[in-house]
Amino acid sequence: MSSITAAKGSGQIPTPIKFWAVVVWLAVWQAVSMALGQEILLVSPVSVVIRTGKLALEAEFWQTILFSFSRIAGGFFLAAILGTIMAALAAGFRRVEELLAPLVLTIKSIPVASFIILVLIWVSSRNLSMLISFLMVFPVIYTNVLSGICNTDPQLLEMAQVFELPASRRIRYIYVSQVLPYFRAACSLALGLCWKAGVAAEVIGIPDGSMGEKLYSAKIYLDTPDLFAWTLVIVLVSLAFERLFLALLDRIVARLERM
Amino acid sequence: MDIIIDKLSKAYGSQQVLQDFSAVIPLGKTTGIMAPSGYGKTTLLRILMGLEQLDGGTVQGLEGLRQSAVFQEDRLCENLSAAANIRLVCPRKSPREIMEALAALELAGCAHQPARELSGGMRRRVALLRALMADYDILYLDEPFKGLDVETKAEVIAYTRKHIDGKTVLLVTHDLEEAQALGAHQILELRDH
Repeated sequence: MSSITAAKGSGQIPTPIKFWAVVVWLAVWQAVSMALGQEILLVSPVSVVIRTGKLALEAEFWQTILFSFSRIAGGFFLAAILGTIMAALAAGFRRVEELLAPLVLTIKSIPVASFIILVLIWVSSRNLSMLISFLMVFPVIYTNVLSGICNTDPQLLEMAQVFELPASRRIRYIYVSQVLPYFRAACSLALGLCWKAGVAAEVIGIPDGSMGEKLYSAKIYLDTPDLFAWTLVIVLVSLAFERLFLALLDRIVARLERM
Repeated sequence: MDIIIDKLSKAYGSQQVLQDFSAVIPLGKTTGIMAPSGYGKTTLLRILMGLEQLDGGTVQGLEGLRQSAVFQEDRLCENLSAAANIRLVCPRKSPREIMEALAALELAGCAHQPARELSGGMRRRVALLRALMADYDILYLDEPFKGLDVETKAEVIAYTRKHIDGKTVLLVTHDLEEAQALGAHQILELRDH
């Protein structure tokens, strides 16, 4: 797992995804699939879309998404809240930072598969993805929010000191806008991580009615169209969640900063 | 009671910035502080504002005084609008009062623009208004008119003069005329040590 900091100033901006490039890769995929002629080896993109469409007509499809989404997103939100609170405490109290440092390093270093197997011993497989999602997100949020707080502009803090701004105003108008880029960047990374790790946990734990279980079943029955269809659904749900969450975050902060 | 600075000393590592500096700053008047760059003018203000620890000497008479300041840098919250930056430090002022003040310094048009979008001169005027509108007993001005063109500077000085009348003001400047225009009661000169 990696930790990131907000890009400030320099740095190459990644090229946005171009529609034509996507079309080219889809065409390559379709061509290779047709050349192989065996959907069990490589299903075509057209078949994936058709299969996804058929799945979407079933009530169980939506229940499965809801099952996984509620747990993975739940783990993310818990970690985002707790990571932020702990980072604030760590910034204020050195002992808290010292206490948490080995824990955060341990969580970052342990392979996610080890965590999944270990956690399966402790909790039921139904809640496994929530805990794994939490464990993946917490160190990223904690580390980045702590960096953001520590890098808060000292000149603004001195200004707040001279004008004797109360803590609530300092937090709302100085810390929030200074820490936000770090928090936002951490969320963006963590949202991808929590979905990958959460679904991986479900594939190993196989809780009934989860997306991971569907992937596992597809593997067992060599049902490649289902495997690709569910993978597409996972990607779409995680992307939609990321976009929605970040847009919501931006709106909340804009409202907070409005006076 | 006046503010009494007695044998104040401050060093950064081996560099002695202030050495046994003493002065009496009368309350309710403007005091100018002048010296070439690097002679400790800003350091003196920072010590008085409580942002730096002094190495030696004493300062009396600052206890309980509410402070306000224009720093050498603008120190605005970049995401907040010009009006919001002022309101941040003086929440009791009504939006109308703030708008009137902004209009007086020809900033009405950019009242709702984020600070990051303002020009250097606009930012300086916002920083000055913020300091003038805050509730304070002592006002520190560290080169407050830096970056303003001649015409704007004259207007801003006149506005400032009107609003600091009868207040305790410490003004750091390189320009004697600036200090006189603000009605400086005395000029303290920091010397080489």
